[in-house]
Amino acid sequence: MKCRACSRPAVIDIRRHNTAFCQDCFVRHCRDQVERTVHAYDMFGPDDRVLVAVSGGKDSLALWDILLDLGVRADGLYLGLGIGEYSDASGRYARDFASRRGAKLVEVDIPTTFGFDIPTGAPAARRTPCSACGLSKRHLFNQAALDGGYDVVATGHNLDDEAAVLFGNVLRWDLAYLGRQLPVLPADDGFARKVKPLVRLSERETAAYCVLKGIEYIVEECPMAEGNRHLGYKGALNDVEVRSPGSKAAFYFGFLERVAPLVETHATEQRADLHPCPECGSPTVSEVCAFCRLAEKARRNASRGGHPPETDSSTEHR
Amino acid sequence: MKVLLRNPSREIEVPGPLRVHALLERLDINREAVLVISDGTLVTGDAVLPPEVTVEIRPVISGGAL
Ligand code: SF4
Ligand SMILES: [Zn+2]
Ligand SMILES: [Zn+2]
Repeated sequence: MKCRACSRPAVIDIRRHNTAFCQDCFVRHCRDQVERTVHAYDMFGPDDRVLVAVSGGKDSLALWDILLDLGVRADGLYLGLGIGEYSDASGRYARDFASRRGAKLVEVDIPTTFGFDIPTGAPAARRTPCSACGLSKRHLFNQAALDGGYDVVATGHNLDDEAAVLFGNVLRWDLAYLGRQLPVLPADDGFARKVKPLVRLSERETAAYCVLKGIEYIVEECPMAEGNRHLGYKGALNDVEVRSPGSKAAFYFGFLERVAPLVETHATEQRADLHPCPECGSPTVSEVCAFCRLAEKARRNASRGGHPPETDSSTEHR
Repeated sequence: MKVLLRNPSREIEVPGPLRVHALLERLDINREAVLVISDGTLVTGDAVLPPEVTVEIRPVISGGAL
């Protein structure tokens, strides 16, 4: 197979585009897709400071790398989740990348800062690990962006992630979630702008990008992900995709173009009664925000026989 | 050829030569869900893998809350 752009031997075929690329042309393809997405949805401008949510996995490191190559002022934020060896290893990948690229990585460690970890804290708060983890990430990334004076938080959600979440939201016809499932969420009182510049790239492309650029990332799956609903949706969508390439992109981008405008209002209704959380100041509709409630329950459980770590503030790496 | 699989990590022997597509089909692996790396480089679906090569089939699907 030959590169569609330059006829040299191809290293990757992308069936939904009916194309194949050599290493250099593929890297350019990824960069172009991100640049196009950033412009199409007006995600940020040349003067904006971007905080990239970095997990040590392929998507967030590919995103950070591409943004840096595009000249974006992008720092990374790594959250320590306290998931044993998985967290230790993923933190190492994030730090190694930052030091190799000379980029700034901010770190917040949940166990040392908030006194709980995801594996023991989640059941104490009667949540699944991924629900507690997702809630913590959204809360802490937002907080760090506001505290650090960043204009926007960028996450590494790719086409497969978005198609899988969309599939789940459609199965339940969850209009509030559907109304918010956009590549850009504008800033609002107490909320930083959130953007997803990788939505035009599949998981296979972000992984290939890392391999071809020599970016080392954590390949092992988080041990908490086992049996996760989204993994099932991804498998189902890939079964469709393999028979009919382009299905995932048609599903997601068709939604953005034709359905998202119709369900937009369902998302805004929920934000009507927001007030600041008395503990942390984040906007919330309940008395105390969901993250502070999670942390409180998780800490109470830890002091009853779990492992209560000491409190400390966040650290910065260069 | 030697084939490295992940989650869990294991190694199996598959007789070559074989095209990448045929290898994935034989192992019942969806080609959208993996990259195939032969001798350290990515290979396309139509590439022929010789018998003596070591091939890694690397899953690209990650899960979790989004
Ligand atoms: S798989 Fe779940 S618990 Fe693990 S990092 Fe992702 S969201 Fe968090
Ligand atoms: Zn080329
Ligand atoms: Zn709070």
